[in-house]
Amino acid sequence: MLRYALKRLGLGIVIVSVAMMMLFAMVYVIPGDPASVALGPRATPQMIEALRARMGLDQPIWMQFLKFYTSAVRGDLGTEVLSGRQVLDVVFEQIPFTLALIAGAISWSVLLGIPLGCIAAVRRGGFVDRVVGILSVAVIALPSFVIAIYSLLIFAVALRWLPAIGAGEPGNLKSQLSALILPSLAVGLGWVGYIARMVRASMLETLEASHIRTARAFGLTDTRITYSYALRIAILPTITLLGVGIGHMLSSSVFAEIVFARPGIGKLVYEAISVRNYPIVTGAVLVTTVFFVVVNVLADIVIGALDPRVRASFD
Amino acid sequence: MSEQALIEQRPLTRLGGLGRVLRRIMREPLGALGLSLVVFVVFMALFADLLSSYAPTKLSPADRFQPASWLHLLGTDHLGRDLFSRVLHGGRIALAIALGATGASLVIGIVLGLVAGYGPRWLDNLMLLLFDALKSFPTVMLALTLVTLTGPSLTAVVVVVVLVSVPGYARIIRTQTLVLKSAEHVMAARSMGASTTRILAVHIMPNVIGPILILASMDIPVVVAIEAGLSFLGLGVRPPMPSWGSILNDGFANIRDSYWIVVAGGLPIVLTTLGFTFLGETLRDVFDPRLRGRG
Repeated sequence: MLRYALKRLGLGIVIVSVAMMMLFAMVYVIPGDPASVALGPRATPQMIEALRARMGLDQPIWMQFLKFYTSAVRGDLGTEVLSGRQVLDVVFEQIPFTLALIAGAISWSVLLGIPLGCIAAVRRGGFVDRVVGILSVAVIALPSFVIAIYSLLIFAVALRWLPAIGAGEPGNLKSQLSALILPSLAVGLGWVGYIARMVRASMLETLEASHIRTARAFGLTDTRITYSYALRIAILPTITLLGVGIGHMLSSSVFAEIVFARPGIGKLVYEAISVRNYPIVTGAVLVTTVFFVVVNVLADIVIGALDPRVRASFD
Repeated sequence: MSEQALIEQRPLTRLGGLGRVLRRIMREPLGALGLSLVVFVVFMALFADLLSSYAPTKLSPADRFQPASWLHLLGTDHLGRDLFSRVLHGGRIALAIALGATGASLVIGIVLGLVAGYGPRWLDNLMLLLFDALKSFPTVMLALTLVTLTGPSLTAVVVVVVLVSVPGYARIIRTQTLVLKSAEHVMAARSMGASTTRILAVHIMPNVIGPILILASMDIPVVVAIEAGLSFLGLGVRPPMPSWGSILNDGFANIRDSYWIVVAGGLPIVLTTLGFTFLGETLRDVFDPRLRGRG
């Protein structure tokens, strides 16, 4: 088990390193010098030259990458061009808001998706199953920003049930939660569909398993079998699914944060783009990528701990 | 068995005659709905000029913020432009990008997948690593970085789509190629001295291309969403060119007083993504049920 966990972790580190190399290459290959991009069109050649030297752009490419890599590993993502603040500090300030949003989205998707998937599996082939099936496909297909805008229009502008902007007053949990409902729904709704489908499929598979047949032979009630025996196994794939899902949720949260004017990583990056605050963009992308890879490694380790077959397939 | 493994061990399928395909799709209610929506959207985009009596970029300050009426079927925006016409012309751009970008990703994905599957082991491992790394960027974050560096443009949107979809396609092609590499007909061709290019193009590619086409058709709504999403952020299609995303952006700024603008911008996105998804799901179920459940 430890060997599996270490191997999986090692692969995660390699992937992050390669991703960093790609990010670096993208910045380097693409026309447009980061220094002149950062300073804008009115900068003088002397200003650009000075910033290039400060950013280390006048050194050979492998030196630049080595410096980028080693300082990133130490947690130094550079300083913001204008304020001179550490990029990592700026990014970490925003992370709790995005994490809250993603946690909300996961709650929506798990609380709605698992029961829907169960009901669909139990009523296999029936009317409810078909409706759940179609709804799942539909919510998976709809882009999250359209859901965000339409839910804002309906629940915040027209009905005025929930706040339209912001993350709620600091320290006031109730206002923070009500500000979280719509954005997290926009991010999580598609995942309700994914989870419902996944739970339905693995539930159907589990209900055929021999230990369920044994339970049935012992005369346990159907409800008991479904909800306490089968479900326990059938929700395992949800963990992997959510691991992959976190990356998509990070993407959707960019839109949700902009539509609902919520603080967070997405809004930070978006605003950094409009003022060409370029170190913030790469820094935030790097942090979210590392976060995504770490979540996936953890999900795989959890699954590996629960299911020895996964460990074996990794060798 | 993990899902990935199930997908990758799927049997080879080929698409049959078009008429037979259509009949099987129409037999499924969801497929019939999907196909109708897709035909509707494509029709509206193709005949945009005939169907709307206003130019999509024509400003008419006197008609600003008109709600839907017989004169302006979907109303007008903050510059007095006819939204119906903008939606139809935006459809052209959305569909052109969806087809162009998906096509480009398919070509690149197939070539890379064949090379990874048929080439030397080290190249295979290297490419797998690159694919994994590329997939570890959250899509929108990758898009934002790219657009920051290049500036907003249609090309940037296409590049984002290619970077996001190529790893998935290439991986599937690679696995299939690995299986076929030692198939009898490939061995036979090789022993008769066929070149690598010929083996890949004639003996392997036709056998691996079916499933990937179905997957690509299911990715069209994703591409439509990426284009609309980037344009909504002001990072895709440049104004005054109409795009569903930029209509949403215009409407979002005025959402409290003129709700019809966001309705006009969102509706075509909803219809298109649902249509293509329903159609793609049916195609998959009809031809290749084992692809089901691909997250």
